[in-house]
Amino acid sequence: MEESRIENHPILGEMEKGEKVAFLFDGKEVYGYEGEPIAAALKAQGLMVHRYTKKEHKPRGIFCAIGRCTDCVMVVDGVPNVRTCITPLKAGMDVKTQYGVSDKPFEEQ
Amino acid sequence: MKRYDLIIVGAGPSGLSAAVEAAKRGLKVVVFDENEKPGGQLFKQIHKFFGSKEHRAKVRGFVIGQQLLEEADKEGVEVVLNATVIGLYQDHEVVVKLGDEVVHFKGDAIVIATGAAENMVTFEGWTLPGVIGAGAAQTMMNLHGIKPGKKILMLGSGNVGLVVSFQLMQCGCDVVALVDAAPRVGGYGVHAAKVARTGVPFYLSHTIVKAEGETEVTGVTIAEVDDRFQFIPGTEKHFDVDTICLAVGLSPMSQLLKMAGAKMEDNPRKGGQVPVCDEYGRTSLPGVFVAGDVSGIEEASSAMIEGRMAGIVAAEYLGYMEETDLDHQLKELDDALDGLRQGMFAPKNRGKAIETTEEGIEISKNLLKHGFVSDEEIERFPGVTHRVGVHPVMECTQNIPCNPCQDACKKGCISIGSNITSLPIVVEGSECINCGMCVASCSGQAIFLVDEDLGDGFASVTLPYEFLPLPEIGTKGKGLGRDGKVVCEAEVIQVRDVKAFDKTSLLTIKVPKEYAMKARFFQAV
Repeated sequence: MEESRIENHPILGEMEKGEKVAFLFDGKEVYGYEGEPIAAALKAQGLMVHRYTKKEHKPRGIFCAIGRCTDCVMVVDGVPNVRTCITPLKAGMDVKTQYGVSDKPFEEQ
Repeated sequence: MKRYDLIIVGAGPSGLSAAVEAAKRGLKVVVFDENEKPGGQLFKQIHKFFGSKEHRAKVRGFVIGQQLLEEADKEGVEVVLNATVIGLYQDHEVVVKLGDEVVHFKGDAIVIATGAAENMVTFEGWTLPGVIGAGAAQTMMNLHGIKPGKKILMLGSGNVGLVVSFQLMQCGCDVVALVDAAPRVGGYGVHAAKVARTGVPFYLSHTIVKAEGETEVTGVTIAEVDDRFQFIPGTEKHFDVDTICLAVGLSPMSQLLKMAGAKMEDNPRKGGQVPVCDEYGRTSLPGVFVAGDVSGIEEASSAMIEGRMAGIVAAEYLGYMEETDLDHQLKELDDALDGLRQGMFAPKNRGKAIETTEEGIEISKNLLKHGFVSDEEIERFPGVTHRVGVHPVMECTQNIPCNPCQDACKKGCISIGSNITSLPIVVEGSECINCGMCVASCSGQAIFLVDEDLGDGFASVTLPYEFLPLPEIGTKGKGLGRDGKVVCEAEVIQVRDVKAFDKTSLLTIKVPKEYAMKARFFQAV
């Protein structure tokens, strides 16, 4: 499917994945594998921007991928500041780009 | 408040090792880790480790991780995950965030094994999506099966930068350049050489000017720096990339120790602020021990030994063993750790510019500047000899603590001797049977089997190959030199992939015989 998924690895072989599930990204239905970090599912489809900063409205995405830097936080199921790189994906999750600490774009805030 | 004999913070290589040794001696042990899975960074390490048999050399990191978890399980160690230790107070009180709850625990002894965090550098555009840490790249590709990018620039030529660059290529990414502000490659020469021979250009004395792009990285500009790390105008170079990977060192995560009031020091050779401790990890606080990167940046193999030491001294501290047994039990670990701390990259040599090997051979300048040993330089190293028939050519040119090649050859063709850092030599009069075990066992992928004259104007070169797709017999392509540039036509004449090689396939290519000592990689066309 998505070209950034590693289908077969010379050392690790076939990568184990959970069940394929649908979830929402900014209201649009997209797919990922259950249990993988939300950030991995987004990255697999080339979605890079997770949020825009509050003051300067600058884009941010995955940086450390281990839950330390908090650059990748998004609004998940209505809760802001969820670290998507360490939060496992579940079917039907509602994942939204975070603007400041809101899921509403700045012009609507 | 729940009480344990020993509370360990961090379920990485050192924390788990400490837990195993303490539990073996009868202590009730718990290990807290903030992550969803145990093992720290071990499960992201897919390369074969260096060292000797007792350090589990030539075993891949993630396999060592599995072994360690099994060992901990067998000893009845309790590992609590998703458990963030947020405080270390007086009298060994440990405060842990478990979900939304904050829970207090009491440990009669404490081992802090929190590891390290990645350092960062800032430049214009460094916050753009697409600028990531090298650890993030490893996490994405080796744990989650996601390519971190398509075209990637790596900043940092230490072992992390080199190893991760290679891993990026293994999962199908294109590494367009490896850049470091330092004038010399920081990591092992063999790691650099295996990256360089695939064609990745090295830019030493260069660093990033800016990351380009509006909402994500679309390119990067680098430029040369002078000896005071100032940009030299007019030396800018641009690359189209979607990802910039930063591998610029690690810092100990020693905050808990500072909080608890342990005596701290700023020690650049240990990577930053570390607790003052003795050789077995005893800090200034009675009953509080440290192990692994938190007490000084090294690598996983030494972290595991330090962990075992801390587990043993904690057991002795609590009276679970006699003081008189301590020296005896630590002796073997002392020797193992000492072995790893030898050679050019030993902690004591950090920052020193070493010009010659222990054998008195001049170090390859090309290796330090460009990541590969030149055709002329390679001939002066003792692993590189010429003889009739198939024979090993060991392009191992720096003193690092590693000797699996010596054990791999059942015919006794390869000798390192008792000094683990010595360069391997080809034993006079020995007979190579072309089994390939040395090639597959070399963690640095620096051994080749060469037959310099097949009799028909061609030579054969057998090289380690850890990429997909694996070329088939008869595949025609190009032979690449150590510098990654095309040197000749080449054809695959043998492909070996047996279990004992542990995923390192052996590719034998036929090249015109004048390229026997030049062709070191194969590129299918």
